[in-house]
Amino acid sequence: MQAHSLFFYFFSLITVFSAFMVIVSRNTVYSVFFLILVFVSVSVLFIMIGAEFLGMIMLIVYVGAVAVLFLFVVMMLNVTEQSTKRTTRKGFINHVSVGSIVGVIIFLEIVVVIGGWKYKNNFDSLTAVNSGLTNTHAIGNILYTDYIHLFQISGLILLIAMVGAITLTFSKRENVKRQNYFAQIEREKVSAVSLVNVESDKGVKIDD
Amino acid sequence: MIEIGLGHYLTLAAIIFVIGIVGIFLNRKNVIIILMSIELILLSVNVNLVSFSIYLQDLVGQVFTMFILTVAAAEAAVGLAIIVIYFKNKGSIHVEQISSLKG
Repeated sequence: MQAHSLFFYFFSLITVFSAFMVIVSRNTVYSVFFLILVFVSVSVLFIMIGAEFLGMIMLIVYVGAVAVLFLFVVMMLNVTEQSTKRTTRKGFINHVSVGSIVGVIIFLEIVVVIGGWKYKNNFDSLTAVNSGLTNTHAIGNILYTDYIHLFQISGLILLIAMVGAITLTFSKRENVKRQNYFAQIEREKVSAVSLVNVESDKGVKIDD
Repeated sequence: MIEIGLGHYLTLAAIIFVIGIVGIFLNRKNVIIILMSIELILLSVNVNLVSFSIYLQDLVGQVFTMFILTVAAAEAAVGLAIIVIYFKNKGSIHVEQISSLKG
């Protein structure tokens, strides 16, 4: 148990520190790197309390897909060199005061909610109780039976997001030869091939 | 050292949540940071759901965490696409310069 708390404090300190660095670092690329660090340490925390499957999914989805997507966009848009141009001191102070007031209020509210919850001390993992089933197996047992409709709806959400992202960023470029499927399929023999009677010793002259 | 209980995880989630919200307010650079703050907020919700799921011995929390993960990924993709076309049209994604709506 000693090691468990030690690991918890270690990883949660890393998480909080890098979440803080995400919002304060001046370079956007550094922010993305710290976001990756947050995701990795939270997934380690998930694995520590017994949700191995979700920890791994967090690593795959967030670090492997979302963070890389952020990194691509940050590098493509080249926002780092224009980041220091317009930072007015007065506006920054204004934002800091409003933001910190709202942040402190929300934090106090959440602390009140947590304090109202009476929690017990022992923190058994789910896999210890229904032994014989791993976490992944147990999630699969209820995800594909009781929650199959939500599962399929989330698949639809992903499809719609994909279609939306592609149609948003798709742009027709000029001076690029493209395949025209309909013209290709509608081509007839008459317009493509012509039969010529060739006289002997004369040959045929193709003019164009 | 104190034994790690539910309260520790909930406090961690609360701290991440507040950092995300403060990040939206403090942000004076570009919109991408705002999207990252939204990701942080969703992450803290996930931490809450998973720790309650372990504590209450109910797997439904972890199932819903997966759905939140799905929605977060879709939201990031669409948001980044919007940012890309905005940058293409206006040439800047500064928060202070995005004021076409006069909000």
